[in-house]
Amino acid sequence: MNEMQFLTWVRGTGLNIAVGIFLLGVIWRLIEIYSLGRKKDLSAPRNVPGASGWHTVFRRSMPPKDMGMVKKSPVSYIGGYVFHIGLAVVVFLFAPHIKFIESVVGLSWPGLPSQFVDLVAVITIAAMVVVLADRINKPVKRYLSTFEDWFTWTVTFLPVLTGWMAVQHLLLPYTTMLALHILSVEILLVVLPFTKLFHAFTVWGSRYYNGAVNGHKGVAV
Amino acid sequence: MQGPLIDTLARYGVSRRSFLKYCATLASMMALPPSAGRAMAEAMAAAPAAAKRPSVIWLPFQECTGCTESITRSHSPSIEGMIFDMVSLDYQETLMAAAGHQAEEALHNAMKENEGKYLLIVDGSVPLGLDGAYSCIAGKSNLEALKEVAKGAAAIVAMGSCAAYGGIPKANPNPTGAVSVSDVIKDKPIINIPGCPPIPVVMTGVLAHFLTFGSLPEMDKLGRPKAFYGETIHDRCYRRPFYDQGKFAKTFDDEGARKGWCLFELGCKGPVTYNACATVKWNGGTSWPVESGHGCLGCSEPDFWDGGGFYKALSMPADPLKVVAGAVAVGAAAGVAVSFANRAKKSGAKGGHETTTLADLEK
Repeated sequence: MNEMQFLTWVRGTGLNIAVGIFLLGVIWRLIEIYSLGRKKDLSAPRNVPGASGWHTVFRRSMPPKDMGMVKKSPVSYIGGYVFHIGLAVVVFLFAPHIKFIESVVGLSWPGLPSQFVDLVAVITIAAMVVVLADRINKPVKRYLSTFEDWFTWTVTFLPVLTGWMAVQHLLLPYTTMLALHILSVEILLVVLPFTKLFHAFTVWGSRYYNGAVNGHKGVAV
Repeated sequence: MQGPLIDTLARYGVSRRSFLKYCATLASMMALPPSAGRAMAEAMAAAPAAAKRPSVIWLPFQECTGCTESITRSHSPSIEGMIFDMVSLDYQETLMAAAGHQAEEALHNAMKENEGKYLLIVDGSVPLGLDGAYSCIAGKSNLEALKEVAKGAAAIVAMGSCAAYGGIPKANPNPTGAVSVSDVIKDKPIINIPGCPPIPVVMTGVLAHFLTFGSLPEMDKLGRPKAFYGETIHDRCYRRPFYDQGKFAKTFDDEGARKGWCLFELGCKGPVTYNACATVKWNGGTSWPVESGHGCLGCSEPDFWDGGGFYKALSMPADPLKVVAGAVAVGAAAGVAVSFANRAKKSGAKGGHETTTLADLEK
């Protein structure tokens, strides 16, 4: 298989397989999670649970008033923000990515200049390396880390790295690097529904749930 | 500097100065040192008179003659065309006056007289299906002819994408079992000059290099001369700044297209195509596909015909996503099945629950 055939495979058959497993996994996991259910709490709610739920969805994206966690774990907090925002910019505001999304779901929006996206990609890569180094350096974090933590970091990092290297023409010819980039995204798609990366789908729902339960019990948030 | 070629050029009205300038340009295009231009000019100018000119045999296989057209009609009368005057093109079916057994005789004489020294140019792919019966010349399959002629060749030039990589005949489902020259011949130096058709100056550049230094120029891993195929179309494209700014033509006749914006979204394969079109251009530097408003097809890359469609952006799926409905259905079924399993487990646990009384705790 030459590099062009490799590229065509990842754009065709490979993409079909990856999208298939991704959709299958996402639907499966969403149904499974939301059908788990809990026993109905028959006690009278102390606060309006719905409002508390919605509040939590937004509040947890803001730094706390006393800047507690920001001060206690600045690398995780700031690094986490930087790479999440960076990923969103790189994935959703780079023109070729928008073209891909448009061709798959029919939605499109204006992109950013490629040099700006390039800068964001570098910042994202740097932030991800810093949070990894922090995880390795801090004994507690290292102790709490399992294979899944290292694995999910790798499959998230590789698409950014290969995409940036393809654009910069580093190490391998563009065609090969582009194919590797698409392949790494496909691996991410396959892995996402079955690992902690599924938080991309569950983050808002679980925040609402936590907020609603707490509100019901009287912890107004 | 004097020689038969200089005299020939003078007859066509090409001055010695123009010839030197051409050689210097050729050398610089091939990233050779400045002295190479002069060496090339001297070697070519000193090419011996007609009877002893280096022999070139050009074999046409499964091809459309577009490669020959490209060379001979590049921008006539051209220096490219005249470079051919310094070689003895002993067999070229399209150009030669001879036909039938006379043509075959010319071929065999050239092979015999120049054993081990002639340059073999091939355009077109070699069909292997039905024992090569899809394409025969003088009762011989292309495969037989290639093996026979390649045996005595000093080097082989695979001219055009068909000879270099199989090209259009090899396109899926490849009914004739077409393969490239390098798939058949393994023991000779082969240089690929892909393109559909290739750029004339690349051909003459390689020829000049071979005649001057007696060897083929430096090649990339796909066997192409690095000097011409070292960079992508996209990297040297004059529309590249628009790509970087995120300005794309959405259709071939919208305002963006009129303003010369990037053709990436219209399917341009420039980013993955290594060729010199963006710098050398076509028809004597007049224009080239992207300049005339159409995206690059990627014709100098292997299997460009099966690259997922000429009008699909590189970042778009090469095939339609057929699995969506099936995957969603299977995922939903799996989710529901697992949910039932979980509920069964839960009610099982509930059923098996034993009540603990105060008395039990006090035991």
